[in-house]
Amino acid sequence: MIVRFWGTRGSLPTPGSATQRYGGNTSCVEVRSGEPGAMVVLDAGTGICAFGAQMSSSVSRIDILLSHLHMDHIIGLGFFAGLFRPGLEVHIWGPGSTVLPLRARLTRYLSPPLFPVRLRDLPCRLAVHDVPLGTFELPGLQVTAALVCHPGPTVGYRLDDGHSTLVYLSDHEPALGARRFPDLPRWTSGFDLAAKADALIHDAQYSDAEYEHHLGWGHSSIGQAVAFAVHAGVGQLVGFHHDPWHDDDTLDALYSEYADPRLRVTPAREGAVLAWSVNEAAARRDR
Amino acid sequence: MTADVEVILMKQVASYLAMPIFLVDLAGTLIFYNEPAEALLGRRFDETGEMPLEEWGTVFVPVDAEGAVLAPHQLPLAVALAERRPAHGRFSITAGDGRRHDLAVTAFPLIGQNARELGAVALFWEDDS
Ligand SMILES: [Zn+2]
Ligand SMILES: [Zn+2]
Repeated sequence: MIVRFWGTRGSLPTPGSATQRYGGNTSCVEVRSGEPGAMVVLDAGTGICAFGAQMSSSVSRIDILLSHLHMDHIIGLGFFAGLFRPGLEVHIWGPGSTVLPLRARLTRYLSPPLFPVRLRDLPCRLAVHDVPLGTFELPGLQVTAALVCHPGPTVGYRLDDGHSTLVYLSDHEPALGARRFPDLPRWTSGFDLAAKADALIHDAQYSDAEYEHHLGWGHSSIGQAVAFAVHAGVGQLVGFHHDPWHDDDTLDALYSEYADPRLRVTPAREGAVLAWSVNEAAARRDR
Repeated sequence: MTADVEVILMKQVASYLAMPIFLVDLAGTLIFYNEPAEALLGRRFDETGEMPLEEWGTVFVPVDAEGAVLAPHQLPLAVALAERRPAHGRFSITAGDGRRHDLAVTAFPLIGQNARELGAVALFWEDDS
């Protein structure tokens, strides 16, 4: 599995020289399973624009897995070049609500007056799916989706290519309301999804001090993300959804505080490629 | 196994509220009760752990106005779960403090995203009417 970050920022795009290293584009992660012609993209923040601009013409199918419909995760969707490529098979997966299917929810943004083009007028071969809760198959990948703790219906994804496992919990506040954190696995949102993953991409928006002022906003502190990752026994943690007010120097300072001997912890960086050895993954599986 | 997020959030809410609350899963197993419910039962959740319907339904010996003991399946929480509808009832129990408490109970099924049936919740009210 090859994982590449196209957008790592939370909440709001933050272009500029102060965020150049970790990036200012909002959530978008490319995942390649090795299946020829197929690609998966996690979320469609502004990062998806640059991803689409360089996408090879040999790609014939793309599956976009949306965690939820907050603007920072779908704002790039209408600007994704793949939607305008005739013949390209584009599947969009994401949570419906209790009253509206995903397609109707997306149309609220992807239609005038907020956007000039309607979904039905796109030239690609588009299919929009309410993501099934549980496990389903995509080309070269087994995907598990589960609802997790964040305002409004929000899913986390676990992707398994038969060799290794990636878990994506971009917006997640498992500590919300917990008397102690982390709590028992049964009472910890996202625990089963993340358990023993080779890599966990997890919300780490705030410092621990900042979290105290953002209870219930749906995000985690870096310290909570580390505690969650250690609890779930993952191989490495990539802190994601950086706060728009955290520039590169702030992120460097914060992450130096959270160095943990039990776990490899890094802040997600736009352009970075995530890799781990097959041996490492196999050893974790056998544990 | 990690509980569904709606169930986790229901537990968190219950753990902050002052009304006694029971939370059961689809099988009727009592998977959580909060501190006010602990006071009523005279037992602590950390000590009892989860309890099947037959156990929690009899532990506080619920009786109706005539003094007849109610079977577990007659309790509003069991009705809400079995019949997928809100249920309301009044009964008396002998609580952990040895005193008799007259209670009103409101129970409702817990239905989550995608209309998933997740269990049921009961709220207890001291009934001084
Ligand atoms: Zn977000
Ligand atoms: Zn969000």
